Amino acid sequence: MTDPDISAIGHDDWSLHRKGPADQQRHQQKIKEAVRKNLGQIVSEESIILSDGQKTIKVPIRSLDEYRFRFDHGSGQHTGAGDGDSQVGDVIGRTGGRKAKGPGRGPGEAGDTPGDDYYEADISIDELAALIFEDLGLPNLAEKRQQELESESVQFVDVRRTGILPNLDKRRTILENIKRNAAKGNPHFGGVIADDLRFKTWDQRIEYQSNAVVIAMMDTSGSMGEFEKYIARSFYFWMVRFLRTKYQQVRIVFISHHTEAKEVTEQEFFHRGESGGTQVSAAYELALRIIADRFPPSDWNIYPFHFSDGDNLPWDNDLCVSLVRRLMEQCNLFGYGEIREGYRGATSTLMSAFNKIHEPKFIAVTISDKKEVYPALKKFFSERTAPA
Amino acid sequence: MDDPDVAALETALGEIWTLAHRFGLDPYPTHFELVPASIMYEFGAYGLPGRFAHWSFGKGYYRMKTQYDYGLSKIYEMVINANPAYAFLMDSNSVLQNKLVIAHVLGHTDFFKHNAYFGPTNRGMVESVRLHAERIRQYEFDHGTDTVERFLDAALAIQDHIDPHLRFAAATPAGGEPPRTHPTSPYADLWELGTEAAAERAKAEDERHAQAQAPPRFPAAPEADLLRFLAQHAPDLALWQRDILEIVRAEMLYFVPQMQTKICNEGWASYWHAHTLRELDLTDNETVEFANLNAGVIAPHRRSINPYHLGVKLLEDIERRWDQPTPELQARGIQPGSGRSKLFEVRELENDLSLLRNYLTKELVDELDLYLYEKQGNEWIIVEKNWEKVRDGLVDEMTNFGNPLIVVEHADYRRSRELYLLHRHEGRDLDPLYAEKTLAYVQQIWGRPVHLETVLNGDHMLFSYDGTKAARTEL
Repeated sequence: MTDPDISAIGHDDWSLHRKGPADQQRHQQKIKEAVRKNLGQIVSEESIILSDGQKTIKVPIRSLDEYRFRFDHGSGQHTGAGDGDSQVGDVIGRTGGRKAKGPGRGPGEAGDTPGDDYYEADISIDELAALIFEDLGLPNLAEKRQQELESESVQFVDVRRTGILPNLDKRRTILENIKRNAAKGNPHFGGVIADDLRFKTWDQRIEYQSNAVVIAMMDTSGSMGEFEKYIARSFYFWMVRFLRTKYQQVRIVFISHHTEAKEVTEQEFFHRGESGGTQVSAAYELALRIIADRFPPSDWNIYPFHFSDGDNLPWDNDLCVSLVRRLMEQCNLFGYGEIREGYRGATSTLMSAFNKIHEPKFIAVTISDKKEVYPALKKFFSERTAPA
Repeated sequence: MDDPDVAALETALGEIWTLAHRFGLDPYPTHFELVPASIMYEFGAYGLPGRFAHWSFGKGYYRMKTQYDYGLSKIYEMVINANPAYAFLMDSNSVLQNKLVIAHVLGHTDFFKHNAYFGPTNRGMVESVRLHAERIRQYEFDHGTDTVERFLDAALAIQDHIDPHLRFAAATPAGGEPPRTHPTSPYADLWELGTEAAAERAKAEDERHAQAQAPPRFPAAPEADLLRFLAQHAPDLALWQRDILEIVRAEMLYFVPQMQTKICNEGWASYWHAHTLRELDLTDNETVEFANLNAGVIAPHRRSINPYHLGVKLLEDIERRWDQPTPELQARGIQPGSGRSKLFEVRELENDLSLLRNYLTKELVDELDLYLYEKQGNEWIIVEKNWEKVRDGLVDEMTNFGNPLIVVEHADYRRSRELYLLHRHEGRDLDPLYAEKTLAYVQQIWGRPVHLETVLNGDHMLFSYDGTKAARTEL
């Protein structure tokens, strides 16, 4: 044995030591802040829109790099050690492909070009959705006459003598036990019998929601390029998600159109490409027909949205305007999104026709960059009070 | 690790301690603490237990712990240069692994005590960082966590830029005013009229006048210690901010000797853990486990230098050469069989740069198959195997701890208190994105516009940041 003053082995209890986790939490918090600040960029990330049900995604966050003056790793020479027979000219690695995680300055990660070396946070789509939807709501939502949709929720409100053990109300059980003992003259806790047991039980609560239907219309004509389709898809991706998160009972009707319009399933809406010319009025007419058939405005809050590149047949525009006016009479809001890549300044013929409409119910946005999807969402879904 | 294991380890510690002394090692008293993995990674991320809180440590902690949880990497040793020294053993490691760590650690604590570069380190650093952390916590109370964090972000961004050689610097700055020439009597200069001495004196007087009229340059000589310079001279900092800069600097200074002697220190510890374990009474299984573990620790890396590998090979090579000196070495007075005593001399005197310059030989470079490689297109290619070039490349890569050397040239640039930094370019460019972002941190501390002169792809460039916009101009 050594003299314990000189050298010894200690074995303390470290279970309450929490410094690392505390700072880790601060780091996580910063990730969240950074995500919140960059929602505009993140919302239209390909990895999310094309994620196909993946639960978590990687989000690049530049602001969490620990910047310092450092050498460009690609410039200059470095040393290494081979296994005995290396030759000048041997290739020992390739750049590109893998991205470094974290500060990634370890020599093992030498293959990364410095530009790629940023922090990637893992974030679940649900978490991201919660951030995005924080301030969003269905605008102009009004209470409708009847046919309210029911939604069930469970609440623990009652205490009973019978129940299942996981629902045991320990506090009340102890109290009953002490009371019973006290009645015998010795107030203490002990000797629990079946009579003492108390269980929490639940009640089903039925909540009523106003009926709402969203009519999602999308231009699938040949003039809609990759970019236009992608933007419309990102918008509707989040819109559908948003509606499903916040309003479980909202119905969504999907309409895709070129010169003809037809009602499609969600799957077809997001995945089918079409071609041909554009006649927007067809979609609006179909929307009006669907409303008349299935969603009487007296019972439903109705929200039609339409995304297009605006290249409509010129003689169709006036008809569109009058149809939109008719739609607005029956709907809570009409949203029109025009997607024009690298916004060329000139508005489309359809947009200039729409410019004549001055009504709080009519909201139009132009998206010329991926970053503008998030502001568009915010513009359409900011909770407004219902017009009197 | 359960109780019988702990008892076995305690017995082993006694044996290893005795062996170490028999070898001639003289370590500090060393306290070993068995800790769970999460604590090990926490200390690994912070560098020292009890250090101040910052999210970047949390990020490092999370990364290390995740890699451990997925079985990608593992820390074996964590040792703190203090007197008495502290070392941490992972309680999930096997007894043999921890025996090796104990032997290795005693090599380190001997090195801490005897290597010249560790001479000036603060051996009570664990206590100091605790006090630092307390002060910073108080600042957080007084000024808000976010404010302090933002300032720490900036201070930590330039923590590499300290000058460990300052303690050798002259007390008075070089290049001040030339001395005034005092005449001994009102008429003394008459006697010298027309002589060389008079002409010289007149010239000196003129120079003095000229210098007095030009605004004095500040700093008088370029200053490499950014942290200290900012702590002392940034115009608008509050006292707590200057204190934080000093804290970050003090803690960085503490780590400097460890950065300077990575190869020597790890080589020394690895040399002794191998010698110690060979002396211990190991079972067959333990012997195999030891051989595997040791081979892993000192395995060469293709894309970097493994300090354990290079260090132990260099020391073994020195020992061999001094045990069986060539005629050439014998002519320099080296006695056969003096290998071990030479090693003790090396551990006392050398740092990594001097060790490589003095002892890396052609034979060893060839044996270890060291090379230089560089990026060509998107491939990393071996470009040099000439031993002198490899040695010089290795030394270059480690100079200034692998960080760019950046000095304060001028603190009153354009006569408007703008800070002018100069990157002393020695062949390797800065990462421009990082330079720009870091410059913004410098500006945050300095409070006035800042500039950084550097060379990018052969062009002299000036990066500027005035608090709102960044600019790059060609010089």
